[in-house]
Amino acid sequence: MSLVQLLFYIMSFIALGSAIFVAASKNLVRSIFMFFITLFALAGLYVLALADFVAITQIVIYVGGILVLILFAFMLSGKETLDAIQKQRNQFISANKIASFILAALFFVTLLIMIFKLDANNLLWVKNSIKANNDIKPNAVMTDNIGINLMTTYLLPFEIISILLMMALVGAAHLARKEQSQ
Amino acid sequence: MITLTDFLIVSAGLFCIGLFMLVSKHNAIQILIGIELMLNAAILNLVAFGKYDRFNNGGQMFALFAIVLAAATTAVALAIILNVYRRYKTIDPAKVDKLRD
Repeated sequence: MSLVQLLFYIMSFIALGSAIFVAASKNLVRSIFMFFITLFALAGLYVLALADFVAITQIVIYVGGILVLILFAFMLSGKETLDAIQKQRNQFISANKIASFILAALFFVTLLIMIFKLDANNLLWVKNSIKANNDIKPNAVMTDNIGINLMTTYLLPFEIISILLMMALVGAAHLARKEQSQ
Repeated sequence: MITLTDFLIVSAGLFCIGLFMLVSKHNAIQILIGIELMLNAAILNLVAFGKYDRFNNGGQMFALFAIVLAAATTAVALAIILNVYRRYKTIDPAKVDKLRD
């Protein structure tokens, strides 16, 4: 087993394990902090998939931006309501949870069957791309290529997404503003 | 050599954990985290397949777009959650069942 493979298994184990902890934990703050770990492990997986720029973006935007936002929202919504929700959840522990667990497990089995039927390594376009020498080699530097593509091939989606981001931020600021008392 | 199937299995696992959180939780913030997990599973797939496109970088590019979109979604969703908390004093989506007037 090569070192890369070993790293992949470690990373995916950390990602899945911390995600399960996030789902199972009763303590909201603890689960938010475990979500940090999941995101870091996912960034490691992106590096192993030879997408270093995406990994850095993941760390900057997800870990630096989204998680801090979530923590803020958690601190701004009051503590007593969260406690009330937890107490209530402890009373009727399971019927709801078992049903959703069965749903998720069945969906997982379906996805696994599909994945094994798909057999992604032998897809036609993947084989063609390997044959045409179009796959990323481990020693390649992709960041310049991404920058050039962003300004040429994908210029329109880039502009659209920047306008959408601006609209979303203005909308979020408008929504979060305190209402004037009438 | 890490194969594509390994990545697909990991992302299927993440997606199902996200689905479980989405269905079973009684707290809007935890539901939001579930949605983020599902989005991350999708991004992992994009990145894994993007390995086979060196010249156009289609997969990695749209993974970047998806990350930015997730940021926008989260900002708006958290603003909505704050508003809901201010109005209803709870963030359990099952209890938010009244219109404005």
